[in-house]
Amino acid sequence: MALSELVSPVMNPLEIVHLSKSYPNTPVLRDVSLSVRAGQIMALLGPSGCGKTTTLRLIAGFEFPDSGTVAINGQVVASAAVRIPAEERRVGMVFQEYALFPHLSVADNIAFGLKGSKGEKLGRVMEMLKLVALPDVGERMTYELSGGQQQRIALARALAPQPDILLLDEPFSNLDVALRGQMRVEVRSILKQAGITCVFVTHDQEEALSLADEVAVMLSGRVAQVATPQRLYHHPATPEVAAFVGESNFLPGVAHGETVECILGRLPLDNSAYGSVTILIRPEWLQLNAQNSQAHASIAWREFYGHDQRIGIRLVDGTPLVVRSTAEADYAVGESVGVGIRGTVQVFLDE
Amino acid sequence: MQITQTFRNTTLRMMLAFPVRIPFRLPSILQTMTVLIVALVSLPLVYLVVRALGAGQEGLSYLFNERTFTIIINSLVLTAAVVVAAALIGVPFAWLTARTDLPLRRVWLVGGLLTLVIPSYIGAMMYIAAFGPRGLLQSLLEPLGITELPSIYGFWGAFLAITLFTYPYIVLPVRAALLNMDPALEESARSLGLSRWRVFLRVTLPQLRPALASGMLLTALYTLSDFGAVSLMRYDAFTRVIYLQYTSSFDRHRAAILSLVLVVVTIGLIALERRVANKRHNYRIGVGCQRQMSPVPLGKWRTPALLFCGMLMIVGVLTPVAVLTFWFLRGAGEKSVELLQPTLNTISVGGMTAIVVAVLALPPALLSARAATRLNRWMVQFTYLGNALPGLVVALALVFFTANYLPALYQTLPMLVLGYSTRFLPLSIGATSSALTQINPRFEEIGRSLGLRPWQVTLRIIVPLARTGILAGMALVFLSTMKELPTTLLLAPTGFETLPTEIWTAHAQVQMSRLGGPALMLIGVSALSLFIILRQEKHR
Repeated sequence: MALSELVSPVMNPLEIVHLSKSYPNTPVLRDVSLSVRAGQIMALLGPSGCGKTTTLRLIAGFEFPDSGTVAINGQVVASAAVRIPAEERRVGMVFQEYALFPHLSVADNIAFGLKGSKGEKLGRVMEMLKLVALPDVGERMTYELSGGQQQRIALARALAPQPDILLLDEPFSNLDVALRGQMRVEVRSILKQAGITCVFVTHDQEEALSLADEVAVMLSGRVAQVATPQRLYHHPATPEVAAFVGESNFLPGVAHGETVECILGRLPLDNSAYGSVTILIRPEWLQLNAQNSQAHASIAWREFYGHDQRIGIRLVDGTPLVVRSTAEADYAVGESVGVGIRGTVQVFLDE
Repeated sequence: MQITQTFRNTTLRMMLAFPVRIPFRLPSILQTMTVLIVALVSLPLVYLVVRALGAGQEGLSYLFNERTFTIIINSLVLTAAVVVAAALIGVPFAWLTARTDLPLRRVWLVGGLLTLVIPSYIGAMMYIAAFGPRGLLQSLLEPLGITELPSIYGFWGAFLAITLFTYPYIVLPVRAALLNMDPALEESARSLGLSRWRVFLRVTLPQLRPALASGMLLTALYTLSDFGAVSLMRYDAFTRVIYLQYTSSFDRHRAAILSLVLVVVTIGLIALERRVANKRHNYRIGVGCQRQMSPVPLGKWRTPALLFCGMLMIVGVLTPVAVLTFWFLRGAGEKSVELLQPTLNTISVGGMTAIVVAVLALPPALLSARAATRLNRWMVQFTYLGNALPGLVVALALVFFTANYLPALYQTLPMLVLGYSTRFLPLSIGATSSALTQINPRFEEIGRSLGLRPWQVTLRIIVPLARTGILAGMALVFLSTMKELPTTLLLAPTGFETLPTEIWTAHAQVQMSRLGGPALMLIGVSALSLFIILRQEKHR
């Protein structure tokens, strides 16, 4: 029995342990640990400068960590003693700007990392073109393609040599908004068809939540939370994560086991807690003029979106809150309303 | 009804007025000026054609004789050899200074650039002094009983002298291309499993093609038009033979015919480069700040790389400067060498040329940047003619022309400036128009909307905004004028000594101690103007 199996009985395709990296005078990563299970898509989500791209480049092998290890399929590729260069890692990469070779045709781009006879290469190229649903563009030059097509070809090129892991750097940031939603669905279906283990970097929470199986939220060089998109949204680990993922209202309060006392009255908790806490209330958890309203507020502003709307309210003590409500409800600015809670709220214990 | 009619009239007038009046009035003056400039720079070529045609039957037989053929082959072989060797030196040098962890990278780079300010004829003089008959090497070997060395003269001497002083023409564009290249391209290739060496061959090199082609063209043009090195090395390339025809036999027809053949070869090379470097696209798709490429560790290749760069510095900069300093010091004891007047002459004629050329360059540069219609682009192309005309050819044509038609202007300062200007106008147009295209046209529109006339917009908005580019172009012209030998030799008024003519005369009279001072001065002033160019570029 190999040592690695003793250490971790289920070998994950990607294991990152205690990774740290700093550039002159600026720490970029502090003690980052992550593991990605086979066939999973993980998003590294964070604001710019949080270290997510550096993490990706450390996995790819374009840079090396100051301390910590990166292991791919149980083999250590980066540590204090080991420095396997990018070309020997079998890690595919899709760049933000796709980086298709402008001097080669689409087919030659896809065949670039392939080994073997001409016939074998051609077969694989056709296979990949079919996978990305662009079977007829092989003869074209890359600059003749649209942005969405270029992205799919970049994906095909990275997948062609059957890498162990695929990395994507801000994959949709170069596409216009209308195309983004469509490409997210297509890319997810291509990745799932290929069954590849995948890590992608994004600062767009919508992208992370809709595309990934698991999301790692990175804030100032640390991993703040790793969770499924649903869990991340409904049970953020810290107020910072809650503030970064989705919209949040925070209120101070005192928890008494199953309930919490605050300016909105006594609210039910989803997990028991005691003492001084910060309460997280997502805008859609708030209800206006409902039966259980315990507090009063006035309407401060309104943004109508069509399918729903955001309403700004001001409590009697002046505290502003954001409410997300159905499109039917009609309120006038200045109108006085009752404020209540739908379901339970979440709290973070104060330090 | 009447309102509708009035409305229709005004819209019609507006529709007519806008597309026709505003864009048209500005270029029409510019077009006239550009046509005049084209006429001025094409004067030498037109005159050469007239001369050559005047030779008639005799000219044809001269064109097709074996000797002419040999000269063409000589020039082409030399050019090809220099270009290939310069690329083999220049590409690794550019890569080492741009992409690796080589120690002292900036030192090597500055050294490489300094090589550019040493004219190849001074290089050739060094090599003759070192390796020629009764030279340095022979005197060292004489005690060993070796009294004769393989001759430095001929192909190898010319090849060495030109290659070692022109490889920076390849370094500059290739280095710029390496620095501008999207790092993601090479990283993609590596993540697809290619080693660094294969990434270089399969991704980097193909991306360098346009830059390499333009660098090779510059080197080829330099080699073809080089007069000093081939003459000193007694290699029968075009320029040497043309000059001999002119000085010894004063045979104008033959000189004119050979010059035309040289022009045709040059234009052929330019056309070839256009083909090779075609399909230029802006490959960088990404916007925002450019990620710095982490330098490639050289590892065990560090020592050979250092040796390579060190050798280039020794051969290209240190040896010439050391030998010149030695000669200068040896001459310093003897009767004083007139250095001040030639220096002032060189600087003033260079400065005059830079100003004249900057003014002449503005109309065509404005045309190509702001009104790039088909016709205008063609006219601007014509102003680039000087690029294809070797200095010797321009000078010779102007000598013949003035001697025949304008004897009053023969060997006068205006003619000398005209000769330089014809040749270096393209440098200035290039720098100016690239500065102009970076100016947002909205600034000009704001100027117009605030009531400025087109010429006021040009003077008060465009020229100030393009100032750095124009100045860089002027410094480049000044630098080129400093180095230019054949134009100066043929067109300078009698008694008007410049640094190149002083150097040339001293060498011809084998008075090396009189050569050191002017040569060092030439290199110093050139280095200063190069420094100004580089500083301007950093500000851009």
